[in-house]
Amino acid sequence: MIAAAAAVTFAVLLTATLVGASGLSPSSVLAELADALPLVHIDSGLTTQQQAILWQIRLPRVVLGALVGATLAVAGAAYQGVFRNPLADPYLLGVSSGAGLGATVMIVAGAAGAGMGSLGVPVAAFAGGIVAVAATYLLGRSVGGGRGEVVIILAGVAVAAFANAAQTFVQQRYQDSLQSVYAWLLGRLSTDGWSDVTLVLPYVAVTIAVILLFRRTLDVMSVGDVEAASLGIRPARVRLLLVAVATLGTAAVVSVSGLIGFVGIVVPHAVRLVVGPGHRLLLPLSVLAGASFLVLADVVARTIMSPAELPIGVVTAAIGAPFFLVVLRRGTGMQ
Amino acid sequence: MLHHRLVHSRRAALRMCALVIALLLGMVLTACGSGAEDPAGGSGGDAPGAAAEAPGSPGDAPQRIVSLSPSATEILYAVGAGDQVVAVDDQSDYPQGVPTTDLSGYTPNLEAILGYQPDLVVFSDDNGDLKSGLDRVGVPYLQLPAPGDIEGAYEQFAQVGVVTGHADEAHELVGEVREQISAAIDAAGGAGEGLTYFHELDPTLYTVTSASFIGQVYSLFGLQNIADAASGAGAYPQLQPEFVVSANPDLIFLADAQAGGESPASVAQRPGWAGVTAVRDGQVHALDADITSRWGPRIGDLAQRIAQILADRPGT
Repeated sequence: MIAAAAAVTFAVLLTATLVGASGLSPSSVLAELADALPLVHIDSGLTTQQQAILWQIRLPRVVLGALVGATLAVAGAAYQGVFRNPLADPYLLGVSSGAGLGATVMIVAGAAGAGMGSLGVPVAAFAGGIVAVAATYLLGRSVGGGRGEVVIILAGVAVAAFANAAQTFVQQRYQDSLQSVYAWLLGRLSTDGWSDVTLVLPYVAVTIAVILLFRRTLDVMSVGDVEAASLGIRPARVRLLLVAVATLGTAAVVSVSGLIGFVGIVVPHAVRLVVGPGHRLLLPLSVLAGASFLVLADVVARTIMSPAELPIGVVTAAIGAPFFLVVLRRGTGMQ
Repeated sequence: MLHHRLVHSRRAALRMCALVIALLLGMVLTACGSGAEDPAGGSGGDAPGAAAEAPGSPGDAPQRIVSLSPSATEILYAVGAGDQVVAVDDQSDYPQGVPTTDLSGYTPNLEAILGYQPDLVVFSDDNGDLKSGLDRVGVPYLQLPAPGDIEGAYEQFAQVGVVTGHADEAHELVGEVREQISAAIDAAGGAGEGLTYFHELDPTLYTVTSASFIGQVYSLFGLQNIADAASGAGAYPQLQPEFVVSANPDLIFLADAQAGGESPASVAQRPGWAGVTAVRDGQVHALDADITSRWGPRIGDLAQRIAQILADRPGT
């Protein structure tokens, strides 16, 4: 099952690499990619400029899309498992609103001449996302008095609302950065070559690895905390750890791609409808399906208005929603 | 084309007259121009709903003008109505010494505007129902939306002149700017013919097509806009990086080169951009963002700057 899904994901990534606005012929791109393999020598006939487009612009974008999609999907699945709430998504505890605030402040400061280079916005978004979730957690604990997840989620609603208000306030004060802020909020698979990929890769790797490690634990915990505790699992700690790594990964990918919605909720549910709710299959398949989904969405974003961009957040929602309804219908028919 | 709204005011008839006069004057000026076409085209489309009236005598001209648009502010001062301006919005910073306040043209606050007791409010976009608010309190206004082309900008100069009692100066100003632009085109001497360019609004590659106001200025020099391939996405599309690199423009103009912004060096460091003709030939140029985004009297300066860049280009 997982091997087949991995093959599909690979095919999607490969296909996405053949498509683009610069009119490279798919066959020469394939030849160029094959030429990069060890012991293979094919002359692709691409100019130096075309090779640069493929290796430094298009391929990193596809890879980044895969990393962002995989992380959002697996983080969403983890959140849904931890909160035992099918509507939970990685943005539940305010990470996106916090990141939006951080990014907006930095974009505005950049326009005013802060000059932190291209790293400024991702770093600020990352910090904003982490701070927002930490605030949610601490607030939830202090007012919740042990009433568990519901209070944390409600605290997240409050923190997100506050961060959104602050973000809007900053945005209104500095109108000349309006378009940059707006574009960031809609999401875009940034194309800073490989630097964005290397920036998020460690976080993505840790997030996916840790969440996958706990896939059986989550299955046990879904039976109930008492049963889990009798097997030596400490549910509260596992929850905290999983929320922490899912948040870390989400904050990292959001900081380079902006706010891309719908992936964290649609992909895990689509996978569940196919293979059932068990985390043992759900989590690894969410990684693969998330990568495929976002890379495909980016292909649409790159082709529909080519050579102009369509914000990828628009695409994930526009193709995600109908697709999701189809899956839902088939899923309910099967049960 | 002309949306004429019923203005609920005692002087509605007069205002309509003023509108007609202003428009006629615009047409006359345009007709005097160098074989101009009908200016009513372009994306700036609608004739401004000028509820302001032409003063009967110089003494009747508005004396407490509030401007909520940097372009309008520049036009007001250029036609000699600067002394009649009491407040301008937070984005207006030219010419030096304009009475900048914290008024916003994007999120206009009617109460704050009325605090200056204006007898004329000039703005570009009808944000936050500004127009109906001003209608309600009976304050005359003049809307100057982004014009679709240069002739549209000239019309606005004329309109501002008529409404503020400086019709002659406005007429002169149009002549001067026309003169400046044609001198710039002569100076470039066809050096721009057939060259391709990319005009960058921000680092995420928002740009303009030839259908935009600024794109028209470039077209005067025979420059070809690489973004025209994306005109399906409007006059201000966001281009894909791989397209810009593969389109390989001869010239890149940066309207996002303010402090902390982009520079020829930062463009050269973008992945895959080092081989672009403009980068290789040192033809990445920073432009003053204010001059490129406003449709005021400094259009001529922009044209001169472009002419200078083309003239300095090696091999011309």
